[in-house]
Amino acid sequence: MSSHAIIIQDLEFQYPGREGVFFRNFNLEIRAGERFGLFGPNGAGKTTLMNLMTGILKYPAGSIKLLGHEIRRHPKYINNIFGFVPQDFSFYTELSPRENLAFYGAWYGLSVRQIREKTEELLEILGLTTVGNRVLNTFSGGMKRRVNLAIGVMHEPKVLFLDEPTVGVDVQSRHAIIHYLKKQNEAGTTLIYTSHQLEEAAELCNKIALIDDGKIIAHDSLEVLLSEHGHEGMEGLFLELTGKSFRD
Amino acid sequence: MHILIATIIKDMKILLRDRVGLFMMFFMPILMVVVITSVQNSTFELVNNNKISLVIYNNDKDSLSLKLIEGIGKIGLFKLQVSESVVTENHPSSRMYTKDALVALVIPQGFTKNILKKAEDIAARSLKDPDSINEKSSAPVELPDSLKMYYNPVMQASFRHSVDGALHSAVQVIQGEAIVKKLYEAVNQKEIPQDLENQILFGQFPISEIPVSSSGSRTVPNASQHNVPAWTIFAMFFIVISLGGVMVREKNSGSFIRLKTLPASYMNALFSKQFVYLLVTFLQAAVIFLIGNKFFPFIGLPVLNLPADIWGLLTVTIVCGYCAVSYAICVGVFANTPEQSNGFGAISILILAALGGLMVPSFAMPANLQKFLSISPLHWALEAYYGLFLEGGKLKDIWMNILSLLGITALIQLFTLYGLKKKNLI
Repeated sequence: MSSHAIIIQDLEFQYPGREGVFFRNFNLEIRAGERFGLFGPNGAGKTTLMNLMTGILKYPAGSIKLLGHEIRRHPKYINNIFGFVPQDFSFYTELSPRENLAFYGAWYGLSVRQIREKTEELLEILGLTTVGNRVLNTFSGGMKRRVNLAIGVMHEPKVLFLDEPTVGVDVQSRHAIIHYLKKQNEAGTTLIYTSHQLEEAAELCNKIALIDDGKIIAHDSLEVLLSEHGHEGMEGLFLELTGKSFRD
Repeated sequence: MHILIATIIKDMKILLRDRVGLFMMFFMPILMVVVITSVQNSTFELVNNNKISLVIYNNDKDSLSLKLIEGIGKIGLFKLQVSESVVTENHPSSRMYTKDALVALVIPQGFTKNILKKAEDIAARSLKDPDSINEKSSAPVELPDSLKMYYNPVMQASFRHSVDGALHSAVQVIQGEAIVKKLYEAVNQKEIPQDLENQILFGQFPISEIPVSSSGSRTVPNASQHNVPAWTIFAMFFIVISLGGVMVREKNSGSFIRLKTLPASYMNALFSKQFVYLLVTFLQAAVIFLIGNKFFPFIGLPVLNLPADIWGLLTVTIVCGYCAVSYAICVGVFANTPEQSNGFGAISILILAALGGLMVPSFAMPANLQKFLSISPLHWALEAYYGLFLEGGKLKDIWMNILSLLGITALIQLFTLYGLKKKNLI
């Protein structure tokens, strides 16, 4: 098995109908087992890169390998080995958590028995057992985030992409989510994570990359970067490297 | 298969929990069919059973105008009111606006005198030497003042033409009788016998109206047989409002983004939607037909007689439903917002319904529009249903319509596939 979860080489990407190349000769390596944080100001390219790594967006040139497999060549296989927790709530609010997990479990290719077992396990871990049969449009933001996460991990992916998984949730839900993600990482899942919550990132990630204008401007462990740039916290480092001007 | 079943279960649950959507898909079409059939039925009865109220102002008050009134009464189309009041220009219109009458007829003064004069002249010329018949009459006949027919503008042109035709026919009988009477008197030098006069006036050759059907049955078609199949097709195609919106919302939602990252084809989601909504269209048709068959007589509407060929009915309903669902999915794939899908979907179905002959019979449409009949799937569906409901046909009699409907469905599906690929959805 590859020692790298992700290898991106000479990636080119441009949004159709928009001027300018978004990524040009873009390179990035993420080792298997890392808790990797991808940070940058609004419009820096975090979500675009996430969508390219998950195959949602197609790239014209370069290569993205996930655990050694080129994602363009093996899309079905690739889809089996990673999980994705998008920023938007990606479930059916007319259904309950159990019904959503039953549907997505089938799409992951799990058997009925596997779906049932995994559903109960995840609902228990994420504190949703008692509301497992309630329709989601009655849930709070934090409960919805936990369901969003449960759907992304129910097939036990080797690589888990998380696009702002804790945005808009209370402290309790954030704690439960971060705790669960660390557990998953200890079990061997590589985490690739984006967020604007810098304190949370410092708590979760053991490797970070700062991205701006489609380019990596810093890539190392948080301790090394803070020491190199003489900052005590991530916010100072972030502002030094990306500037203080508005980006949106 | 597990994926498809799970997706069907998911779609069914979402559909069943959307009470407003279900109301739109079932109650509204039923209400529409009941209302339209009731309205059309009253029109049908107005022509066939009810009488049009006609007020006659007789300014002549002589023998032929009285005979004309008697003749109009015997046509059976009118409920007559003969007014003895003096006629002014405003009188008929004020009478009609108080809704006493839809039509008013004013017989001018000198009507009898003018008809008799004309008859005398024609009789005299007819008995002349054939070589001199083309010569101008020495005493030219003075043209009578015209009969004036006033009508309420709410009367549709087709009704007006029926009334106009009936009145013309009554006047012609009076004129014909006068001419024959004058000829008889000239030839026989005595008055025409009463029984011969009655025979000329009222002994017209009978015409029997017999509906012809493929099955040989002679059931008289009613408003239900005409309207229920037509508006059921419309209801099935109107599913575009619900399904098109669902497609767009799902496409724009986070759940679709997640589906794209899962190891199964999006075609599962499409097949599931086709299956679930085909079931909806089938149930719509079944409920509407059942109501037409069992419930209509209780609310004073004519019963909807179901076709003898139930397999034919099932086949047409399924093919029509599949075409409606395919059209809704196609609109949902190309639309970017629910507003686009709903707006385009609703208006396009209205246009296709008009082109397909659901609103006005296709034979009554302008010639240049008739060329476009075949592009409307609703036309082929209507022809197939009429073949079963009105003509008593069987599946073998309507297979061309079904094939055309399937052909249009295949084209819609190809267009949908193109849209899915173009928008990077599959």
